[in-house]
Amino acid sequence: MPVRAVPVGASALPRALVVWFPDWPLVAAQLAGELGERVPAAVIDKGLVSVCSAEARAAGVVRGLRVREAQSRCPDLTAIRADPARDAREFDEVLAAVERDLPGVHVLRPGLCAWRARGAARFFGSEQEAGGTALEAVAKLGLEARVGVADSVFAAEQAARRASELAALFVVPAGGSRDFLAPLPIATLDDPRLASLLVRLGIRTLGAFAALPEAEIRSRFGPDGTLAHARASGLDPQAIVPRVPPTPLERATDFEPGLDRIDQIAFALRPLAEDFVEGLRRAGLACTELRVQIMDDAGRRSERCWGHPRQFGASDVLDRVRWQLQSGDETSGGRRGGRPATWRSTGDSLTAPVVQVRLLPERTDQIGLRGQALFGGVDERLDHGLRRLQSMLGHGSVLHPVSAGGRLLAERCLMVPWGEDAPPETSALAQRPWPGSLPAPLPTTVFAEPIPVELLDAEARPLRVDERGAAASPAWFRPGSGQDRRPVLGWAGPWPLRQRWWDPDDRRSVERYQVIDDHGEAWLLIGAEGQWWAEARYD
Amino acid sequence: MSLPASSTSAASAGEQLRELQERIHLLQGRRNREATYALLPAFSPLLPYGLRAGAVYSLEAPLSVAMALLAGPSAQGHWCGVTGIPDFGTEAAAGFGISLERTVLVPDPGERWLVTVSALADVLPLLLVRPPALASAGHASRLSSRLRERGCTLLILGPWPQAEGILSVEASRWEGLGDGHGHLRSHRVDLAWSQRGKRRKVMVDLATLHADPTQAGGLTQPGGVTQPGGAGLLGARP
Repeated sequence: MPVRAVPVGASALPRALVVWFPDWPLVAAQLAGELGERVPAAVIDKGLVSVCSAEARAAGVVRGLRVREAQSRCPDLTAIRADPARDAREFDEVLAAVERDLPGVHVLRPGLCAWRARGAARFFGSEQEAGGTALEAVAKLGLEARVGVADSVFAAEQAARRASELAALFVVPAGGSRDFLAPLPIATLDDPRLASLLVRLGIRTLGAFAALPEAEIRSRFGPDGTLAHARASGLDPQAIVPRVPPTPLERATDFEPGLDRIDQIAFALRPLAEDFVEGLRRAGLACTELRVQIMDDAGRRSERCWGHPRQFGASDVLDRVRWQLQSGDETSGGRRGGRPATWRSTGDSLTAPVVQVRLLPERTDQIGLRGQALFGGVDERLDHGLRRLQSMLGHGSVLHPVSAGGRLLAERCLMVPWGEDAPPETSALAQRPWPGSLPAPLPTTVFAEPIPVELLDAEARPLRVDERGAAASPAWFRPGSGQDRRPVLGWAGPWPLRQRWWDPDDRRSVERYQVIDDHGEAWLLIGAEGQWWAEARYD
Repeated sequence: MSLPASSTSAASAGEQLRELQERIHLLQGRRNREATYALLPAFSPLLPYGLRAGAVYSLEAPLSVAMALLAGPSAQGHWCGVTGIPDFGTEAAAGFGISLERTVLVPDPGERWLVTVSALADVLPLLLVRPPALASAGHASRLSSRLRERGCTLLILGPWPQAEGILSVEASRWEGLGDGHGHLRSHRVDLAWSQRGKRRKVMVDLATLHADPTQAGGLTQPGGVTQPGGAGLLGARP
């Protein structure tokens, strides 16, 4: 059996320390507040269970099960969607905490990270001590982890997976990784195609695979096979590259006691907003999308993303916080439709005092690409003027129309606040054919909320359209309740409008009429079951 | 053969002359004095030189006429602002040829509409406003001096104390809708333009403008010029 010449001497071996967080996607969902503690839960990826909690496992749920099957085995299963962004975001905070004790981390994937063990072992005295330090740092966060130390990243990861809850640290002695890996099944390589082929060839363990000559592996399985063979032999070529700790760009401030006036909050936030913009500038970044999180002392959390056409300055950040506070006040106060908010003074008191404000850059761009033109163009001036008006009247008052798809006229036009982008699917919706749409010319006055009107037949009864679309001819029309009824001079309809019969929220089954009254006004009416509304007026 | 050639050269010479005059005005510091926003061809019998920059026009006309007026400048790349009209049908506006990418709406400025209009006038060249109340003469003159300075043209839906001209609708007819059949096809309006005692009329089919904004929608020639004698040239200019 040709044994590869392994460089002897423990000091030459690149030892790796791996920290593994079992069921990380579930832990991340718990940290993000999407999931309670100790509930049977599963993370669903493409309709299959990818991770499940211990409670769910006890009920018989296993990885790879279909959602329906898992739910039939465990009826109170909480299914949450897989979200790699959430996993990475929550893992970042954990890393930052562990890094304080054990610097030089290399992130393999969310829930799995590696260190070069030699430096840590020298500092803490031994590899056991270093691993214990990592476990302590994680335990301080209230999390559970396993640590493995071995000659390669792959072997250390397997060692961490072999560690148990009681003995969370597993150290494979130097040079012993090959023997440690030998009894493990071939599926551990996480390469299903290769594993299935090797099993059919009668090779069932990593040890048996590692015993094959490397030249033969290379000629038969190519570079991927060679890599897998090196891993199985405990010679993982993957190097550990310590990450450069990112400079934190987000900013948060706590108010003690909480503030309940918008102008006070805006005043207190000014240094923070300036620091936020300055921090981004030092990193060479310009923030184009900002996430503002506001916590009040009743425990409510208001969170919103704000876009900016160029980049956020300190006063823009303050404006966004102020608008968010105002709109939050409004949603608790009453109805809020698509209509813009009325302008209100900044001294309004809030429902509950605000205790924390966090500013997070959601999307950034290189500052060089976002600089101001040397000679301020028209667009710059226009944008500045409109933003000034927006900070005076409110964010939702200065709007930009974007055509969108839909059947009702009011749906077909989306009003986007100045500086924001329309939702990404809007233009695709607008391109669709929308059969049954109105013929040109279109009405110029489109009521945002349809106005109740009356459409009467010759006996002055409300016009009704039966389910086959038959109706009497409309003879009278009354635009609004207080007005005289007018004779109908010309009409066309009913034009049926049926959509989404399967969707209880969005279902619509109405009839449309075009009507001219004796004042020469033309109307577009919609109605069902004797109730009529004016959708738009042609004028 | 020589006739069309000479006429085009005369036209281009006139164009050049106007360009040169504009440059002289610019150099003399009388900014935007002569700048105009060209309208759709259908309105040329009424306003042959288009809307003068910095002027206020009062429209006693429906919204569709205002949209058709805005369509010309907007299609040429000017930005438009619409204030105080929460029911502005943007799809119809796009049908007239108004470019929605260059349109800004402030649907409901409320009590602060005068402040809003003057703030918008700083940055936008054309504004369409439906005032919630009649402005006082003092406010109106202060606003119009600001508009003159900025070169912003204001179209007011309703009366205005110091309007440069008034566009009114004398008659409007919808056609195409029968008794249970058809659909609205044509919208003929008799428009009358009055400016300092002069009065000109034209009939326009707004529906054809809607379908194809480039074609001349004027159905009848401006036979109704009530005050003959060069009103075409002098009428549109102060």
